[in-house]
Amino acid sequence: MITVELRKLVFRPRVWLSIVLLCAVPALVAVLLSVSDIAPPPGQGGAFLSAVMSNGSLFPAAALAMVLPVFLPLAVAVYAGDAIAGEAGTGTLRYLLARPVGRSRLLSAKLVALAIYIVLAVLIVVVTSLAVGVALFGTGAEAVGQAGAVTSLSGATLGPAELTVRLLAAIGYIVVSMLGFGTIALFFSTLSDSALGAALASLAVLIASSILETLDAADPIKPYLPTNYWLSWIDFFRDPILWHNVDRGLLLQAGYIVVFFGAAWANFGTKDITS
Amino acid sequence: MIVTRGLTKRYGRVVAVDGVDLDVREGDRYGFLGPNGSGKTTLVRLLLGLVYATSGEIEVLDMRMPARSRAVLQQIGALVEGPSAYPHLSGRQNLALLDAAGPGGRRRSRKGRIEDALEQVGLAGVDRRPVRAYSLGMRQRLGLAAALLREPRLLILDEPTNGLDPRGIREIRDLLTRLNEAGTTVFLSSHLLSEVEQLCTRVGIVDRGRLVVQESLSTLQAPTGHVLVDTPDAARVATILDGQVISRDGERLVIRHPDPAALNATLVGEGIRVSAIGEQRRTLEDVVLEVTGHGNDRVARP
Repeated sequence: MITVELRKLVFRPRVWLSIVLLCAVPALVAVLLSVSDIAPPPGQGGAFLSAVMSNGSLFPAAALAMVLPVFLPLAVAVYAGDAIAGEAGTGTLRYLLARPVGRSRLLSAKLVALAIYIVLAVLIVVVTSLAVGVALFGTGAEAVGQAGAVTSLSGATLGPAELTVRLLAAIGYIVVSMLGFGTIALFFSTLSDSALGAALASLAVLIASSILETLDAADPIKPYLPTNYWLSWIDFFRDPILWHNVDRGLLLQAGYIVVFFGAAWANFGTKDITS
Repeated sequence: MIVTRGLTKRYGRVVAVDGVDLDVREGDRYGFLGPNGSGKTTLVRLLLGLVYATSGEIEVLDMRMPARSRAVLQQIGALVEGPSAYPHLSGRQNLALLDAAGPGGRRRSRKGRIEDALEQVGLAGVDRRPVRAYSLGMRQRLGLAAALLREPRLLILDEPTNGLDPRGIREIRDLLTRLNEAGTTVFLSSHLLSEVEQLCTRVGIVDRGRLVVQESLSTLQAPTGHVLVDTPDAARVATILDGQVISRDGERLVIRHPDPAALNATLVGEGIRVSAIGEQRRTLEDVVLEVTGHGNDRVARP
């Protein structure tokens, strides 16, 4: 069933379109920066953006910082919201279940496909932005005196190998964060026969969580908000790595995955399929 | 093949299926008839384990549903409430995905299975265009191909000829008859009397969720004990057979008589010109109108 879901993912034009759009945003920013040559002052603008001007190999990190708060969750919500509700909408759900595909198996395959979609999207964003960054800004050899080296957020110099490891760790962290959010969308997808409704409901959760983040009165519940530790992947670029929030973020997202996948499973397994 | 006992399904306060005792036997071509909204589709969904019964029991292929659904559904081909396919993929890609999704069958023989199924429903020459571009009739045929893909022992088909032209309907009827003669049991749900009348051997009629008739078609169409006579001398017949004439409409008479041949001899002996004579049989339409009410698509002023 997982291979079937992967084939659906690969054959779907919408999947590739969403990833292309994700890549387009950072590319546009990179072109504007390089053409205008106006760097945001350090400490302002998007994370890493001021550093990118002198070293293009840091641009993947800047690109991730750009897509993470809105565009990436948007793509994930659309994809995960479509998982079950989309099948119900096209009427293929009843034929899959009558084939027969067990309901738990179908749902698990959808979760795996969602994870693969997120990995794919993030990796492609990283690869394209690395290419764009290096092409437009170079590797910053003249600034730090060592090809491929960058300055960490804490001021120490990171070599290319170190940077690669940290970037991979950050990617892993982002994937887990998105999977936590995607599982919420997957749960909504089992509630509704409308893929759009499920995607919008999960975006509503995202927005509500972001609003609460800015509210001091919400302090007691902040550690449990799904978006709370999303930006902690930046901590991988500090020296030494700041593990405190990363650990908590991973634990929180694991909690969201378990709880909402469990809820999706309980709902979908006992639901009357009338689509 | 299919046995249900006291099968009931409620959606909130609406009772969609109400105490149905279905009995479909191996080798049947079973026609399941009922007005729109009478619970046909809900019953089909119950049989396939898509919706869960409120009460009652279901046995399909001598196994309990939905407990043994994996074993049961492998041997069933189904068409539920119209065909469905991924619109951006071709018919062959759709069948390949469906075939790969479930258990059974070797991967290497998949292509052969798909071509066989397409051949059976008359889509063998279909090209690579996406299902989005298919006509209604082509989609219906693709849905049937999906049902036939695994050479099922039991076919559960909901309105299988929807969207087909008369020639297509004839083709599918012949296909179903052929499959049935080769051992496949066919359960066909429809609101089209002609479809059931021409294809089925047994009939179940459902009305507002209740199974009101379950009988072989030949029994339902039994002679009524009346004879229909067409004659230009209708007025004279009425005087000769006084008391046996039930109704007279122009040249057509309905006469209570057990034997058309004997009646014909009598009439001819009296010098009556008979242009047509034959025993009256109940039509399926008579039976259905007798036992069912309006479908729920008619909303009259109270």
